[in-house]
Amino acid sequence: MTQQVSPGAHGSSLNRYAAITGEITQIPISFPQRRNWWIAFAFALTLLLIFFVSAIVVFWNGVGVWGINIPVNWGLAISNYIWWLGIGHAGTLISAMLLLMNEHWRNALNRFAEAMTLFAVVCAGLYPILHLGRFWYFYWMAPYPNTMNIWPQFKSPLTWDFFAVLTYLIVSVLFWYIGVIPDLAATRDRTQKRRQQVFYGLFALGWRGSARHWARWQQAYRLTAAIAVPLVVSVHSEVSLLFAAGPIPGWNSTVFPPYFVLGAAFSGFAVVSMIATVLRYAFDLEDLVTARHLDLLGKLLLASGLMTSYGYISEVFFTLYSGVQHDVLTLQHRLGGTYAWSYWGAVICNFVPLQLLWWHNIRTNPLPLFLIGLSVTVGMWCERYMLLVTALYKDYLVSSWGEYHASFWEWSLYIGTLGVFLVPFLLFVRFLPMISSFEIKEALYEEEERGRDA
Amino acid sequence: MPQIFTASADTRLRAIALILAAGILGGGMFIGGYMNSTYTTRIGWVQNQPVPFSHEHHVGGLGIDCRYCHTAVETSARAGLPPTHICMTCHSQIWTGAPALEPVRQSLASDKPLEWNRVARVPDYVFFNHSIHINRGVPCVECHGRVDQMPLMMQAKPFQMQWCLDCHRDPAPHLRPPDQVTRLDWTQWEADKDHEVYGKLMVKAFGIEPKHLDSCNICHR
Repeated sequence: MTQQVSPGAHGSSLNRYAAITGEITQIPISFPQRRNWWIAFAFALTLLLIFFVSAIVVFWNGVGVWGINIPVNWGLAISNYIWWLGIGHAGTLISAMLLLMNEHWRNALNRFAEAMTLFAVVCAGLYPILHLGRFWYFYWMAPYPNTMNIWPQFKSPLTWDFFAVLTYLIVSVLFWYIGVIPDLAATRDRTQKRRQQVFYGLFALGWRGSARHWARWQQAYRLTAAIAVPLVVSVHSEVSLLFAAGPIPGWNSTVFPPYFVLGAAFSGFAVVSMIATVLRYAFDLEDLVTARHLDLLGKLLLASGLMTSYGYISEVFFTLYSGVQHDVLTLQHRLGGTYAWSYWGAVICNFVPLQLLWWHNIRTNPLPLFLIGLSVTVGMWCERYMLLVTALYKDYLVSSWGEYHASFWEWSLYIGTLGVFLVPFLLFVRFLPMISSFEIKEALYEEEERGRDA
Repeated sequence: MPQIFTASADTRLRAIALILAAGILGGGMFIGGYMNSTYTTRIGWVQNQPVPFSHEHHVGGLGIDCRYCHTAVETSARAGLPPTHICMTCHSQIWTGAPALEPVRQSLASDKPLEWNRVARVPDYVFFNHSIHINRGVPCVECHGRVDQMPLMMQAKPFQMQWCLDCHRDPAPHLRPPDQVTRLDWTQWEADKDHEVYGKLMVKAFGIEPKHLDSCNICHR
């Protein structure tokens, strides 16, 4: 139902509120970009098909079809896992952390950032299972009462990896779903089609917007946010321990947890910037995702990027400062070995275009922001690859040095996971309110109140 | 605006949620029960065999030692199934015309071994070695049960990993004098209080270290 427009001082702002809800809920009700959406969706489905084919090939033949072997026994599967999981982090950071910090500008970004988190975590979570070889035993990672009388090795980061990803997935789903309920109800009330009414009505769980509903909702939302906030830091810290806990030069470093968390936020902000610029362009949402939002995203990207660069510098510094022979050798291999392209690719793609964000004009301009986001996404991919491969391919024993080259099926699987990400994301864009209308209105109202008091 | 859902929609939604929750819980419990059921572990399930060989008669009744037929048990990984010649040491003299023994005579005539169906089976990724267990005094009955009371052969113990580990993590109570390893009835031995320390002493004497016995590569290589 549309808001009653009452005469008087508040009339115009009430109209404006109704218009915001209308603008957002109108997108799933009568989708404006049908043709382009179908083209994008067909493309995404093709990628998804590639994923299924590649996964079946791996399941059928085992991980031998990949290029991994001793000494590099973690290849694209693990580096992509970290890459995807890292991308997810920005969504939680924007949604949960900024919610509890009362940063209201987040309200225009949180919904699609959370959706991005969710689908990125799904992509990430698939990789360890695909990497198992005997994937049908994946549940062995869970501590459940079994007839083998053994438990997972709780001293191993790999066990905690399982818990971290699962917790992250569950909390992300809950947080995202709780957040979308009021908007589902708004969409339900505005659509005329029976099928849509039932669909949105079912998932709105009977939301009527009563004061009690809102009070309960606030409690649930803030509580879930409070649970999600530690995950921003803990999940990728834990992932970094997969490396840092091993006695491998180039991995065994205390800087890894913060280095990984910041890198994760960095890559995530890059992808959020890309999604934000595309969505506001495609659906004319410039009035909701304003230049100010792009500006703030640009600043976040710049800040997290500079903090990530600290990780690079400290790694090099501490290696040279320690002077440990093999550490220095690993550094040399990184900077000038077979995989130097991944190191310099990471440095250049991550930090060179990033410097443009010092300028306000660039930050508020969607196209450069998109391109910088893309560059950072590629750069962070190179970083994950570099960290993994360069530390392994020339280990302590010279006799067991060897190279790693990803096989066709590794690349195709990676391309396929883009489909695993894009298909649900496009469905989300198509069928759900992709921006949180009521939270935008809340922010707007508080801004107006503040203006009135002043 | 008309109502989208009927008044009972909430109840139905709750019922579905409840059924789902009960289904997940019940499914988990079913799988748990299934894994420990005798249908999975095969305890007490008789296998079809070409000849209805009775351990009850041959072991319990006649008192033939296990090693008379399972000749390799002390020296190799497998206990060994008897070749037809071993059956024929007696059955060339007694019950020579018994219809039940027709496959045995056929086997001897055609020089093709009898195809017994395995009862005590460990998975192919488990490297179980009979000889070390026998030589350290783990009696046959410990794993195969009272075969002298089985008219037809069946599995007596669940060959689950937890069952293997129970012994590997605490072997002392399961050890017996190696020279009596084929003895099936140990009630008198167990009743004797002097024997309580036997296992512990043997663990020491043989240098058995339980903390190494549950390493993965003891059984999975």
